[in-house]
Amino acid sequence: MTKVVSVRDVWKCYGKVEVVRGVSFDVEEGTTTVVFGPSGAGKSTLLRCTNMLLIPDRGTVFLRDVDLMKAGRKIDYYRSRFGMVFQHFNLFSHMSVLDNVMIGPRVVKKMPADQARLVALEALEKVRMKDYCKHHPSQLSGGQKQRVGIARALAMDPEVLLFDEPTSALDPELIGEVLQAMLDLAKEKKTMICVTHEMGFARAVSSEMIFMDEGVVVETGSPEHFFTNPSNDRTKRFLSRLTDLYGRHEEKSESVAGKK
Amino acid sequence: MTGTPYLLSFLDLISSHLAFMIEGLPVTLSLTAYGMGLGFLLGLPLAILRVYCGRAGKLLVASYERIMRSVPALVLIFVFYFGVHTSVIEIPGFLAVALALGLCSSGYQSQVFRGALESVGSGQMDAARSLGMGRLQAIRFVIVPQALRFALPSWANELATMVKDTSLAFVVGVAELMRRADYVRAATYDPLIPFLLVAGIYFAIVFPITRIAGTWGQEKKRLMVGG
Repeated sequence: MTKVVSVRDVWKCYGKVEVVRGVSFDVEEGTTTVVFGPSGAGKSTLLRCTNMLLIPDRGTVFLRDVDLMKAGRKIDYYRSRFGMVFQHFNLFSHMSVLDNVMIGPRVVKKMPADQARLVALEALEKVRMKDYCKHHPSQLSGGQKQRVGIARALAMDPEVLLFDEPTSALDPELIGEVLQAMLDLAKEKKTMICVTHEMGFARAVSSEMIFMDEGVVVETGSPEHFFTNPSNDRTKRFLSRLTDLYGRHEEKSESVAGKK
Repeated sequence: MTGTPYLLSFLDLISSHLAFMIEGLPVTLSLTAYGMGLGFLLGLPLAILRVYCGRAGKLLVASYERIMRSVPALVLIFVFYFGVHTSVIEIPGFLAVALALGLCSSGYQSQVFRGALESVGSGQMDAARSLGMGRLQAIRFVIVPQALRFALPSWANELATMVKDTSLAFVVGVAELMRRADYVRAATYDPLIPFLLVAGIYFAIVFPITRIAGTWGQEKKRLMVGG
């Protein structure tokens, strides 16, 4: 297996608060890595450092064998090799669904309009949003917005997809459709890093799980490891609380996972 | 012109006054257009500088805004028309007024656009950058188009102010609405009717603008929740 992403001893602080404190992990091609942990653990910051949306204070990230901290002016290009899906969707509100998905290929890859349209339609088809091309983001439900967000990331044909709590801002009944789209991608062997609390999803598709707390990796392992016998006390406590808090979501995502 | 006004009926008098004044309307409107245009061309880049170019840009633009908003437009008009005109190059009254109003307006428009740029959520920049766009591309394709929509209501208010401020051109002899109203006063020795009429003309231009601005304000609220 080849490593697509290697995060090496990444540190990031906001002012005096150290949010990420020396995190390292590797992501193998075609696998899904789930990062979870309490809020404030530095998960989102870590994800943003991974594609250099935030520049780490120390450490680096490799995309295949490219050291992103040394990429210089090509950093925008390497960032485009990561697709990112946001908790709050961040769709471009002045554009139609189709334009939202087309603009990446159009502006960044300088693709001609007709070709970009085909790419965009294909991406929208994948998340079952092709029928909503002409809609504006304000006319969509949260789940639909998030699926467009996934399509927008896919249209750039990225090497890695980053998901930053993609279902946390959704009503419970809308989570399923987004998880389904993510499961489809995982089954297609897309390389993904997902910050999520959807343990059903994690169990179904992830090959590695990373538990973070207070800016450090507390424990890593396979889903079996985490669900059968997590070694760290903090992990155990968090997982049991998670079941209390998110139990219903978990059942829902498990049932989605079970259908496949 | 209206040499024998007292032989005409009152309505004829008014319509002939109006006809004379209305000839100044194109001048008023083109002064407005140049002033707003110059204010836009300066104001938008300044706002971008202020929001996206660090502390230095912020300080620079903030000082510029403060100066432009503190100096009366009339003073700037005199600077261009009398000051620059006599000592360096010839500046016709029209140009002097357009420049002065444009500079003044750039300070206000910069503020309008700054507010609009800042009201575009930071997530929009994140999303654009995550696709691989550079900062300038993100500003151009994602941030500015949304900011301009947000800015429309306040910008329309600026436009209304500008229409009224063009009456300052009166003082340097540009024959716009106000000047022509004064010609009528001078010719008729009637100090009231011509100015009431010209007030009506300004109202007829400005009122629709402020009404449209109000409608856009509602639209803006709708836009802000979307996305």
